[in-house]
Order: sequence, then structure tokens, then C-alpha cells
Amino acid sequence: MELKEKIIEKILLLIALSSITVLTLITFFIFEEGLPLILKIGPKAFFLGGKWIPSKGLFGIFPMIVSSFWVTFGALLLGIPLGLSCTIFLCEWTPSSLATLLRPALQLLAAIPSVIYGFWGLIVLVPLIRNYLGGPGLSILTGSLVLSFMILPTVITISEDSLKALPPSYKAGSLALGATHWQTIWRVLIPAARSGIVASIILGMGRAIGETMAMIMILGNAVKMPTSFLDSARTLTTNIGIEMGYATGDHRQALFATGIVLFFIIMALNTLAISLSRRRVR
Amino acid sequence: MYVNPKISLWLLPLLLILLSLGCQRSKAGITVAGSTSVEPFSELLAEEYMSQHAGSHIYVQGGGSTAGIEAATTGAANIGMSSRYLIDSENRLHAVMIAKDAIAVIVNPKNPIGDLFLGQIRNIFSGKIKNWKEVGGALHPIVLVTREEGSGTRESFQKFVMEKADISLEALVQDSNGAVRQVVSSDPSAIGYISLGLVNEEVKAIRISGVEPTVANIDNGQYKLVRPFLFVFKDQPTGEAKAFLDFVLSPPAQKLLSKEGLVPVLPKVGQE
Amino acid sequence: MTQSIAKFIIWMAALSTIAVMVLILFQILKEGLPVLHLRFFLDSPKDMGREGGILSTIVGTMALTAVAILFGAPLGVGTAILLKEYTREGRTSFIIRFGTDCLAGIPSIIFGLFGFVFFVIYLNFGWSILSGGLTLAAMILPTVISTTEEAIKTIPHSYREVSYSLGGTKWQTVTRVVLPNALPGILTGILLSIGRSIGETAAIILTAGSSLVMPTSLFSPIRTMSVHFYILAREGISMKMAYGAGAALVLFVLLINMIAQWLINRYIRHRT
Repeated sequence: MELKEKIIEKILLLIALSSITVLTLITFFIFEEGLPLILKIGPKAFFLGGKWIPSKGLFGIFPMIVSSFWVTFGALLLGIPLGLSCTIFLCEWTPSSLATLLRPALQLLAAIPSVIYGFWGLIVLVPLIRNYLGGPGLSILTGSLVLSFMILPTVITISEDSLKALPPSYKAGSLALGATHWQTIWRVLIPAARSGIVASIILGMGRAIGETMAMIMILGNAVKMPTSFLDSARTLTTNIGIEMGYATGDHRQALFATGIVLFFIIMALNTLAISLSRRRVR
Repeated sequence: MYVNPKISLWLLPLLLILLSLGCQRSKAGITVAGSTSVEPFSELLAEEYMSQHAGSHIYVQGGGSTAGIEAATTGAANIGMSSRYLIDSENRLHAVMIAKDAIAVIVNPKNPIGDLFLGQIRNIFSGKIKNWKEVGGALHPIVLVTREEGSGTRESFQKFVMEKADISLEALVQDSNGAVRQVVSSDPSAIGYISLGLVNEEVKAIRISGVEPTVANIDNGQYKLVRPFLFVFKDQPTGEAKAFLDFVLSPPAQKLLSKEGLVPVLPKVGQE
Repeated sequence: MTQSIAKFIIWMAALSTIAVMVLILFQILKEGLPVLHLRFFLDSPKDMGREGGILSTIVGTMALTAVAILFGAPLGVGTAILLKEYTREGRTSFIIRFGTDCLAGIPSIIFGLFGFVFFVIYLNFGWSILSGGLTLAAMILPTVISTTEEAIKTIPHSYREVSYSLGGTKWQTVTRVVLPNALPGILTGILLSIGRSIGETAAIILTAGSSLVMPTSLFSPIRTMSVHFYILAREGISMKMAYGAGAALVLFVLLINMIAQWLINRYIRHRT
């Protein structure tokens, strides 16, 4: 009986190592495919090169790195206020008729596949932006707008958890001292939940940088350094997504190398978020 | 007897793997892979073929002309689809032309321009000409739309129109003919290029040096932006692959392609 | 005063979020619902997708999801059991959690690249249900692990103590006491994973292919509903069909999520 229990425990341990195994496999294969290319053309030419012209052997991804950050920055610019507002709304102003609508709305927003978001952005937002703001419509602005709604559920869920985890004495104490509801929220509760909120933002950022399908449909994918929010651009993810189906040889390796860069950025962001959120759970 | 659910849940995947390994590649039938320009037409032909030959399976896959040729070489696919001629290093393969396709340069129907010289088109796409006014249109910056690197359509465009010049890096890049068409149809200042077979009333195909892109002009050689749709084989085709090829080259199939806007390789078919 | 301004902004935010969701759903369903009739779900795509229905894509989606769950669920539940029942917070659990958290953050395009080079090429499974399903299994692993952990966490320790005091071993306690009680929570996690799998596109295109034909084995390439929608919308082959496929996709996903929500509510009410 003892032996059977021991065996089961060992089997479970093996099963539990599956996530780490998969992670290792992913890391290994992505690097194995992409690293040779980076070494071949030199890291400087790859990371800082300004031209991506595979047919000529030019694989500079700098415009893509910049674009990824532009789109994400834009998404955060809109997503953070929106997300924080909704979180505060859910935590402090329930129950109200609007709140009972907001929760299911958020769940639905989280469930909608990214291709549907992209499609909607393409049909509705792109013409609007082109006609009223100029540019081709397929632009960083469109991407940021759609992305901000896509990351909302992530930001809100985790921020809400942080706010809810605060001891009720914080709020009670502040109100008892004569602060208004809003003052309590803005000056006591939010700062106290700071690390959780920041973690949610970082995770939202990671989600935004990793989005592919919707971005392919609405960013325009021009391979150039963006100079305005109305410019078309190409992110690291869309670069891979749009050319992967066709690429062979060096081109394909370059796309994997792009994947390596993406991988690093996401890992860094994730580790940061994890350490922040673990710190508050003491 | 309490059957432990966890164990059985774990056995199931194992069984599945064993079963699948057992019927390794038991998917009978052939794979046709390659150019996404040829892909929809291959799908159409495959559908027709399979409805006439019950029990046959034809799997059509995209991936691009180069990938398709490579797949034919390695045997990953029975038939490779290509929308460009084979290059020297690929000449050992056996290629059969199944249709001809023209590339049409398209603009928005609201655009007054209907005719451009080849040189003008080249300069527009390379970024030298930036405004429609420079070619006689309205005062508005030109929005370029191109296909992605690796696309056979882009390669053909590059070869026939751009020659030594590069397509501007400012151009919007879309990953399919339909997407290019969609952008051009909704943006009055856009210009792009797609397969002639996919031109519809949403966009306008312009004349190049006065030559209208029509099947007649392709046949008589006046319209020069023509590329071949090839089925590429490692060696002489046999079995199901040969049967499919024979079907594709038969008059009913060629008529189907002609109806879709391609130029058939059987001369008489197109004139109905 | 600031309170009223703040309140206004916050209300606006909440309203606009709801508004956007309504807009998106409205757009798809308005155009797509009319296309959905019984035949749409029972026919396979015909004529390049211009006609017929989406049956083969439904089958493909279900097959892919089934493989993903078959491999992902046992691995995920097993991992959660180990973390919560068999180990204390120490080095092993830290490593496992680190692996899981990292996996959760990896974007789907990277999973697609991995699945392509590992399952399609290296293990030579080709573009297939197996390749796509296994890749999906890796993607849903973190979700299953965390939801199962949550479910197990809420089981009162007294349950386990009763089992031990009756002479049960750890494994017996887990399988006969903990798991059955945690089942609703576990099922919720699996349902959420299913919902996510249905909407997944980037990773699927790279690993499961895009064949329209009804699959015949685990090694057949297939097109899922989301891939079909994407291709139809991009190729512009038939906007009507695209909207239909999109509406079907959205409805499926909504249905799964509603069932999951209902389960969560029932489960919470059951526990408290």
C-alpha cells in the first residue's frame, strides 16, 4: 500500500513537471531555429537594423520593436484609465443596475476571439479613423484602441482582486476620519493596492505585446519606423504572423529570431508582474 | 468497483497516441500545397473532383509558391502549387501549367485615373511618385498596398513591374489578394495589385499603357502582367495525383477555371 | 466636487465598455444571424466557401478541442493535485509554479511557432489535428492548473481529515473525496479552456493547416471555425459567409462561457 502511494506520488510529480517541460521545449526549439540567424547576420544588424527586406537578406527588426511598444503604449494610455475606472466602479459602486451589466459585459469581452475584434476594428474603426483623422485608417491608433478593450478584462480582474484583498479597516478608517468616498478610493485604497494594480497593468502589457491576429487585420503592416499614431506599422507579432506561412530558409529563421525577442520581452514582463503580485500575497 | 477516474483519464491519451501511430498517415489521398493564389482554385477543382470520385481525398494547403515547390521536392506534398515559373535550381522538377493568371493593378472605383504607363506604376510603388496629382488625379497622397514578402503574386509584380526598383517600405502589407482588394475598395486613394480572377465590382482594374486587362488581351500577348499557375511534381505523376492532374487539364475543369476569371491552357475553352 | 467629476468619468468608462461590447456583438450578429439556418451547420463548405455551411469546420474545431482537453486536462489536474495535496511550498513547487506562470504569458504566435517546428516538422505529424491539439493542450495547461488549484483550495480540510480517520490513504482521499467535490470547479476550468481553444487562430493556422475537407484521421489537416472565419473575411470570397461563420463562432464561444458561468454560480452557491 505504501509502495503504491509512493509510486503515485512519483507519477504525479512527473505529470506536474509537464508545464516546465513544455516551457523548456518551447525555449529550446525557438532558440534552436532563431539563434543561428542572429549570429549569422550579427546582433547589431538584427536588433538595430532599420530595414526588413527578406528578399535582399536584410533582417533589421528595429522598426518592429519600436512599433510594438508604440501600439502597447497607446493601448495602456487608454486601457489603464478605463480599466481602473471600471475596477473602482465594480468594487465601490455595486450593486447598481449598470454594475450588473458591466460584469457580464466584461466576461463577454474576455471571451470574444481576437479575430472578431480585428474584424470589427477593420469594418468599423478603420474607415472612421481614415475619414475623420486622416491617414490610411489602418494605423497604430486603431490597433491601440482595439487592444485597450482586449486587455481590459485582464487589468480589471487582477486589480479587482487586489482591491478586494485590502483589509476593510482601511476604508472604514478613512471614512471615519472624514474623508469622502472618492478621497478614500483615490488616496487610500488605490495606493494600498498599488502593487497588484501595477502587476495587472504589466500583465495587460504582456497581453497587448503578444496579440497577433487582430493586429494583422488593422495595423496595415507597413515595414517602416512609425512617425505618428496615424501611421501604419508592423509589430513583432504581426511580422511573424504575416510572413510565417511563406517563409523558407533564412527568412524563416529570421522569423523565429523575432520570436526570440518577443519571448524575452514577455518573459521579462511576466517575471516582473509575478514578483510584484507575489509580494503582496504575504 | 470504483474505477479510478484519474487513471482512466490518463490511459485515454496513451491509447490515442498508440492508435494514431498505428494508423500512421492512413489519410489516403493526396496533398496539394503551395501558392495561396492558386489555392482557392485548387480547392474548387478538388471539390469537383471529389464529388465525381467518391472516396478520394484531396487536401489543399497554402504556404506560398516557394514552400509548395519545396514540399513537392521533399515529398511532403504530392503536388506543389506555384504562381511563378521555376527557377534554375528547381528545374529538376516536373511542372505542368494548369492555367494562366494575370495580375491586375487596381484602384478604388472613385478614383478618376483609369490608365497608367508601366513606368508610372513602377514609380508610384517605389515611392518616387507620392501624390495622385502627379499622374493627373486629385490632390491626395497615394496609399500603397502590397502583398507580403514570399508571396508569389508579389514576386511576379516585382519581376514584371518593379524590375530593379524596390517596393516602398511605406506600403501597407496585406496577406492575401482578398485583403488587398478590401483595402483598395474602401480607401479612395489606395492602389494595389491582385490576381485578375479576383477583380470584382468593388475595385477598378486600370489599363496599363492603354491595354485593358482582359482574357483576350492576355491571349494575344498584349497584356504582359501574366503569370503561370503550375502544378509541380517531383517526377512524372502517378496514381491519384495523375488522375487529378488529368482532371484539371480536361475541358470541364478548364471551363470552371475560365468562369472564375483565369485563362485556361486549353485554347478553345475560353471563348464560350 | 472632485467626487462628482470622478464619479462621472468612472460611469462613462463603465458605459463605454458596455457600449463597445454591444457594438461588436451587434455588428457580427446583425449580419451573421440571418445566414445561420440548420443547413449551415449541417453542410460542409462548397465552392471555395461561397456556398454550403461550416460542418467540416465544426467537426475540426471539436476534434482539435477534444485532443487538447484529452492531453491538457489530466496533465493540468495532476499538476494541481501535486501542488496542493502532495507538496508544501518549497523549491519543487516554486519551479512548477514558475513554469506554469511563464507558460500562461506566452503569446499564441510563439506557441504556433513551437507547435510548427516541434509537432509538424520534428515529430513529423504534419499539419494535423494531432499537431494542433497538442499545441492547444500546452496553451490551456496553465488555465486548467490554476482553476483546479482554486477548486481544490476551497475544499474544507475537515473532509480530508474524515477520510484519513476512516483509514483512507492519501490517494484514496484525493480521488474519492477531494476531486469529486472539486469537480464543478475543475469542469469550469476545462470549459473556459474550451472557450479559449475555439477562439484560437494564430497557433492553429501554423499547426493544423487549413483544409476544408472533412477530416478522416488524427493526421488530417483541418480548418477550425475561427480560422475559417479569418480566411473568409480576409480573402473576401464571400462576406455573407464570413459573417455567418463569425456569428456561429461568437455564439459557440458565448454558449460555452455562459455554461461555465452558470457552473461557477451554482458551485459558489453550493459551497456557501
